[in-house]
Amino acid sequence: MSRIADRFAHLAASNEKALVCFVTGGDPDVGQLPAILENLEAGGADIIEVGIPFSDPIADGPTIQESSQRALDRGTKVSEIFEAVKSANITVPIVYMGYTNTAMRHGFQRFAQEVADSGADGVLLSDLTPEGGEEWKQHAHAAGLDTIFLAAPTSTDDRLRCACGAATGFVYCVSRTGVTGSEREVPREVTDLVARVRKVTSLPICVGFGISNADHVRMVCGVADGAVVGSHVVKLIHECWGRPHCEETLRAEVARLKSGTR
Amino acid sequence: MALKHNVAMPTDLRESAGRFGPYGGRYVPETLIPALDELSEALERYWADSDFREELRSYHRHVIGRPTPLTHARRISSELGFDVFVKREDLCHTGSHKLNNALGQALLARRMGKQRIIAETGAGQHGVATATVCAMFGLECVVYMGEEDVRRQEINVFRMRLLGATVVPVSSGTKTLKDATNEAMRDWVTNVESTHYIVGSCVGPHPYPSMVRRFQEVIGIECREQIVKQAGRLPDAAFACVGGGSNAIGFFSGFLADESVQLIGVEAGGRGLDSGEHAAPLTSGAPGVLHGSFSYLMQDDDGQVLPTHSISAGLDYPGVGPEHSFLKDSGRAVYVAATDGEALDAFVWLSRMEGLIPAFESAHAFAALRTYPVPKGGVAVVNLSGRGDKDMAVAAQTLHLGD
Repeated sequence: MSRIADRFAHLAASNEKALVCFVTGGDPDVGQLPAILENLEAGGADIIEVGIPFSDPIADGPTIQESSQRALDRGTKVSEIFEAVKSANITVPIVYMGYTNTAMRHGFQRFAQEVADSGADGVLLSDLTPEGGEEWKQHAHAAGLDTIFLAAPTSTDDRLRCACGAATGFVYCVSRTGVTGSEREVPREVTDLVARVRKVTSLPICVGFGISNADHVRMVCGVADGAVVGSHVVKLIHECWGRPHCEETLRAEVARLKSGTR
Repeated sequence: MALKHNVAMPTDLRESAGRFGPYGGRYVPETLIPALDELSEALERYWADSDFREELRSYHRHVIGRPTPLTHARRISSELGFDVFVKREDLCHTGSHKLNNALGQALLARRMGKQRIIAETGAGQHGVATATVCAMFGLECVVYMGEEDVRRQEINVFRMRLLGATVVPVSSGTKTLKDATNEAMRDWVTNVESTHYIVGSCVGPHPYPSMVRRFQEVIGIECREQIVKQAGRLPDAAFACVGGGSNAIGFFSGFLADESVQLIGVEAGGRGLDSGEHAAPLTSGAPGVLHGSFSYLMQDDDGQVLPTHSISAGLDYPGVGPEHSFLKDSGRAVYVAATDGEALDAFVWLSRMEGLIPAFESAHAFAALRTYPVPKGGVAVVNLSGRGDKDMAVAAQTLHLGD
């Protein structure tokens, strides 16, 4: 059993859902990444997604796009992100989130090995669909990695079957509709999608769509197995890292988010 | 370089399942795949529909002004020692070949019931063409354009706004065509159900490269008929500039099956290939994924897409259409680069020798024509993909035309 599957099994046994936090590798300085990961884990993150910055991130919104640009402007190399993750003192499973060209340029086989050597557990390539990802999947699985694929509200049932068939670890449901602070319910688009995905897989389902507080996390965890918090965490770190008490602030915020999963 | 690599290319063998050899494919977020499936299906259905094709032909004739002429360029012919014929896409309505594609896609979008159109633009020619068809059909139009290009192609921004389009300046990344394309794709991910994205070149995920080629093939098909009529024979060589490569792929398509016709694509050499400041992925890049397809790409060891430079905004792009990558590897076409300086020289040369003011993009094709070894007494065709009016501000400054 992979460490990701293991984590979901443990959470289920204690009647909890997963809090998945996203950070961009290299924003702020890649040298700070181990400390950031350690604080996210200390705050209660169950899985951490580490974004590998790409120059042309077509699947990302403005916050993560700008964060990627800052990382690249600083000259962040992919190998430095791998080194930083490897040196972090954490036990939480790590999933890299990035784009196909990074993996392709390194070579799928070499990239999968580099990911595994960094101690990470899985990879999600935002612009790789399951039918185009056969070769990647083989190399990733050979290196012991989970391959996470996206499910979208626009996906047909056939495509959901295909994505879920190719996915290991968990399935990542995305939405185009962001939640606003006043909303009290998960958008219909998301509940429908999760229900359709449930019909075709027994894998855990995580949902990400602009979740920014514990209430959102709680809402999402009412229908899914985990909530992904991306832009909110990236923004928080960008605004406070390097200032006094940022690590405490980050841990406290993650703990608040985590409270929504119980 | 001698004329070689003359491999005939049956058109039905060069594309399969959205791939040209290994190139092409669909590398996009899952959200877009159903829209691409829908688009592929609509394209095949209407391409086979005689009403659609007849409507397209009618617009070609009565709106774009097709067939465009093939002009015998007599003075440069006598200077170069072989006959040069110029395919006059500069005479298309809106001033470039871009309308061929924008119109075709708009007709398709209307049949698909899409009321909102988005586009990216570099030089602004595709943006103007898209804004034009949206005005014709009463469609909402949003054009993404890099801030740098908004500055250097100001006239086209004014034209788009006059035509009723919303021009959104893009300030991310390199602030040029690549980043405008990123923003357009993000818009499409968000609004995919209401919106058709009119991609301006033969790039992007399947079916775009194939669709854009089909809408541009008319250039090459007309040109082949015209050259046979006017010169009494097929040309020895066909030249076209290549950014994303839509004018070139349309032009080349007319001659792909004629193995005696050498196809020469001309990329932007910028300040020289050795300087690193250029936009010549076929000449000096490596295959990778950008904007949804696998093709030659300017990138570093981590796969980060490199900044590009060209005097011509329309060629200032780090990627290229996947079919060009296939034509390069198969040897059916050759790709060379012309620098900013060579293109500017050709811009002046063509203006003074023939009274034709080319777009900076098209000037690259003429720059290569001047140095490429076409046989003496032979025949060459060059695609004049657009007119140079939009480049007058930069030309005036660089060439001191105001003095």
